[in-house]
Amino acid sequence: MTALKLENVQKSFGDIHVLKDIDLEVAEREFIVFVGPSGCGKSTLLRVIAGLEDASGGRVMIGGRDVTRTPPAKRGISMVFQSYALYPHLDVEGNMALGLRQAGEERKVIAERIATAASMLSLEPYLKRRPAELSGGQRQRVAIGRAIVRKPDLFLFDEPLSNLDAALRMATRVEIARLHRELGACMVYVTHDQTEAMTLADRIVVLRDGRIEQVGSPMELYNDPANQFVAGFLGSPSMNFLAAGPLGAPGEVLGIRPEHLGVVAQGPLRGRISHVERLGGDTNLLVTTPQDETVTVRLFGQHDHRMGTEIALDFDRARALSFDAAGKRLRP
Amino acid sequence: MHKARHNPLNSIAAHAALLTWTAIALFPVVVILINSFKTRKAIFREPLALPSADSFSLVGYQTVMRQGDFFLYFQNSMIVTVVSLAFILLFGAMAAFALSEYRFRGNALMGLYLALGIMIPIRIGTVAILDLMVQTGLVNTLMALILVYTAQGLPLAVFILSEFMRQVSDDLKNAGRIDGLSEYRIFFRLVLPLVRPAMATVAVFNMIPIWNDLWFPLILAPGEATKTLTLGSQVFIGQFVTDWNAVLSALSLAILPVLILYVIFSRQLIRGITSGAVK
Repeated sequence: MTALKLENVQKSFGDIHVLKDIDLEVAEREFIVFVGPSGCGKSTLLRVIAGLEDASGGRVMIGGRDVTRTPPAKRGISMVFQSYALYPHLDVEGNMALGLRQAGEERKVIAERIATAASMLSLEPYLKRRPAELSGGQRQRVAIGRAIVRKPDLFLFDEPLSNLDAALRMATRVEIARLHRELGACMVYVTHDQTEAMTLADRIVVLRDGRIEQVGSPMELYNDPANQFVAGFLGSPSMNFLAAGPLGAPGEVLGIRPEHLGVVAQGPLRGRISHVERLGGDTNLLVTTPQDETVTVRLFGQHDHRMGTEIALDFDRARALSFDAAGKRLRP
Repeated sequence: MHKARHNPLNSIAAHAALLTWTAIALFPVVVILINSFKTRKAIFREPLALPSADSFSLVGYQTVMRQGDFFLYFQNSMIVTVVSLAFILLFGAMAAFALSEYRFRGNALMGLYLALGIMIPIRIGTVAILDLMVQTGLVNTLMALILVYTAQGLPLAVFILSEFMRQVSDDLKNAGRIDGLSEYRIFFRLVLPLVRPAMATVAVFNMIPIWNDLWFPLILAPGEATKTLTLGSQVFIGQFVTDWNAVLSALSLAILPVLILYVIFSRQLIRGITSGAVK
């Protein structure tokens, strides 16, 4: 059964078309991530799924039910927001209970569900505190708890980690992945961070300008992108795009991942090292070619390259990708 | 750290300026208060002297209590002010919520139309308002005053409150929608408490002009049963003889309720005025 199905969904604000012909099927228990640059429509799409915005056209089905005209509270969803959006006048327990009370659940059921959620997220010591008395990470856990107690068919996450610092972001990312395994529910997650997308997703949906560019598992998209945009968006440092002609490759543009380049004595690419990033585990070289293109080279381990030296580079031809002038992938 | 940057001269200068300003602002109030406790002769002999054993007199207060229905006037003023404020805050906040929260055709135009009311004084329409009140039979009712003051206060209230409501996080309102709260509950339970400082600001700005107004009570509700305090005090001011003791006593008493209301709102007011500056 499908947990979520979007059929030809459109959204426009006045004359501006934000979402164009979105078709998507999400299976039960799947973790799906919408990713794209800011302004690509990913948050709007999430809000259309939640019912916070009406679709201008098309249909939204959740759990096999057409919910296109259903208000948010009756769609069987819950949502976690970037700014946590906790009710400032209620304590943690009240925040988690409100939705259930509103739905007319029994007191006993509410208390049980809150207890379960609180133990899953280790929130027990904070149940009587107000949001203002919690740290950012705790607030986000409460927001996740508020989503869990509703037992929704579909979890929606709107950039939930953007307001956390780097260490907490990593910890919360792992926690969300664990929750997904434990709850076995379908989750839709919006982010602009490709690391979050790669690490969390069963499938990634890459959006640009209100259209779906490609859908697939993280490794499918990484190894076999449909176009130059997807190739460039996923992976950090991002893929190098070089003029294909001088390298004897077909098409207009040749895409090479930084880790598929290597420093050699004699090679088809030459250039001067303009910057070195030493990360301990990796070393990234930024090399400027005589054509004034910048090439990023990712070397594993620690290397003693000096800035300003001339080096030659070679690349793995089997793993390089060719694109035509419009950015479409050319397959051999 | 705080101390190191602290220059005592700056602090003295700031306090001197503030004290001067306070003295100037309080001067008329103090003059009214001290003279209300003096005999008529003493008022004119030495207006700035404090009441002494010799010049002390409560004759003004006695006249006020005896003359007319001072308590009724008091009650009328209170009803008009409190009900008008309640209407201004309720309807102003609702209109502001609609303007800031919902997308609809003519939203910007509607906001502009409401803001226009800030620039055009309502007294220009006095003749038309009187005509309207006569035709609807509302002359000499407190309702006439309440309606006029509500209309007078709404434009500024909508303007200020809609600005503050735009700052309330969309995520919070959306979280409420997903939890199944109605738009009314979102408005009353989530949004209103967050714009409380702005509401207090609007309340204080509207309260004093309404309490002090002489114009509309004189025109719309001059009857004995509907006189407000300001209008009622006028009986002591005659063309040839003015009972200054009574006027000053009436004015002193009139300060009290406004003072109490102000104390209630002031904590919120200060937050409202400074919130833009420090956040």
